[in-house]
Amino acid sequence: MTRRTRRALAAALLVPLAGCSTGTGAGDADTLTVLAAASLTDVYAELATEFEAEHPGVDVELSFGSSTELAEQAADGAPGDVLATADPISMRVATDADATATEPVVFGTNSMVLVVPAGNPAGIAGLDDLAGSTWVRCADEVPCGRVALALVEQNGLSSEPASLEQDVRSALEKVTSGEADAGLVYATDAASAGDAVEVVPVPGAGRAATSYLLAVLDGAQAPGLAQDWVDLVLSEAGRTVLTDAGFGAP
Amino acid sequence: MRTAPDPLGRPPALLLVPAALATALLVVPLAAMVAAVDWPGLPAQLRSEPLRDALWLSLTTSTAAMLVCLLLGLPLAWLLARVDFAGRGALRALVTVPLVLPPVVAGVALRTAFGRTGVLGAPLEELTGFSFPFTVWGVVLAHVFVSLPFVVIAVEGALRSANPEYDAAAATLGASRWTGFRRVTVPLALPGILAGMVLGWARSLGEFGATITFNGNYPGRTQTMPTLIYVTRQADQDAALALSLVMLVVSVAILVMLRDRWLVTP
Repeated sequence: MTRRTRRALAAALLVPLAGCSTGTGAGDADTLTVLAAASLTDVYAELATEFEAEHPGVDVELSFGSSTELAEQAADGAPGDVLATADPISMRVATDADATATEPVVFGTNSMVLVVPAGNPAGIAGLDDLAGSTWVRCADEVPCGRVALALVEQNGLSSEPASLEQDVRSALEKVTSGEADAGLVYATDAASAGDAVEVVPVPGAGRAATSYLLAVLDGAQAPGLAQDWVDLVLSEAGRTVLTDAGFGAP
Repeated sequence: MRTAPDPLGRPPALLLVPAALATALLVVPLAAMVAAVDWPGLPAQLRSEPLRDALWLSLTTSTAAMLVCLLLGLPLAWLLARVDFAGRGALRALVTVPLVLPPVVAGVALRTAFGRTGVLGAPLEELTGFSFPFTVWGVVLAHVFVSLPFVVIAVEGALRSANPEYDAAAATLGASRWTGFRRVTVPLALPGILAGMVLGWARSLGEFGATITFNGNYPGRTQTMPTLIYVTRQADQDAALALSLVMLVVSVAILVMLRDRWLVTP
């Protein structure tokens, strides 16, 4: 919120300069709206700062949520220039509705890990210890839930979670707040939580991966800027930011 | 049936047009939702197990919350309506706060107090091994937190509009204050108390933000109807519409229960 306020202020100060902005976005609006999966929160915020530095006068609006929800919004014609989803299934919701202007490209992968609150109060050492503990994962309806379910089934785990969260950040938050003893989240979310969580190794976790897709939306108000965004994410600089945050290469 | 011309003249268009717009604003989205329901597929959707579990959980937790609200809310409403004490205005203001609070904030507040690491929740779990979050009791707690203010304010209004002179008369006849409360005050204000309870029940039934923040989501345990609708929407729009229709029907049923108070003007 503070970030947005700061951006709004910066935008207000930069508006007079917008006329002489560089970039390919001739005739574009000076706001780029990016709809992105919740697990991209940190990297996209960082890339947005970079993007704004490269495009003076341009304001990047980031809207984070569950991939399926954002894809549905895009399919319904919600305002947005770029859509980034955490799995191919939700991107298909947008492509099936002809809401995308470009072919979706894979820009990263992510794997699932088991995290526990700092200090590991419940003494969880692996998936087997989840039995009898209060643990969480995403709901089956959302991408992170599908990945978690695959991992759980692959390891023959029969313990039921205490909660099926609506997105991966909620699952992580249940762990960082100490409400849950453990949670299945993406490697990137574990990285973003820093010292607040500890990662417990899970056999086969690397295989339970998901790929991230990015596409310019058909109703884009700033198609030029949107393409610039895709190029930035796929660039060497974008790759570095993604790798630092725990994303795998496509 | 045509009514006689109003002696004050025709209602002005300046008021009629916004009034019509207001009606459309409230009715059109609901009508559109009903129109969008996949009617042929509806019976199958209604037989789904998650729906039955969630509806049952919603109805039972809302009813339990309503009973707790009555048990705790009626005495508080009585205190606010009938007892003169310093800080009564402040107490009333305090009681009303959850009424205007965004439900997510209510969930965060509940967790800070009753969460497994909460101020009261941590010692409670230490002593008894019981904790509210992720349980059906957590759902009831969240429901009580958000609907108690509705019940207190509604019941207080009902107690205020009931004439306190009857209490005084009962007192002169030798009734203690407790007897007066039980035999005079409550029976006189009963319709208002019942309306307050139904209002609180309806508020519980629709509660979503506090419940999902405090308790998460698990079928049969913490997944109430609004949570089920929210989660289902992510995967299956038709199913979400069918569930929404069920909620609409239940809401209309509540209105019918309340019709004597709301749909008929004096």
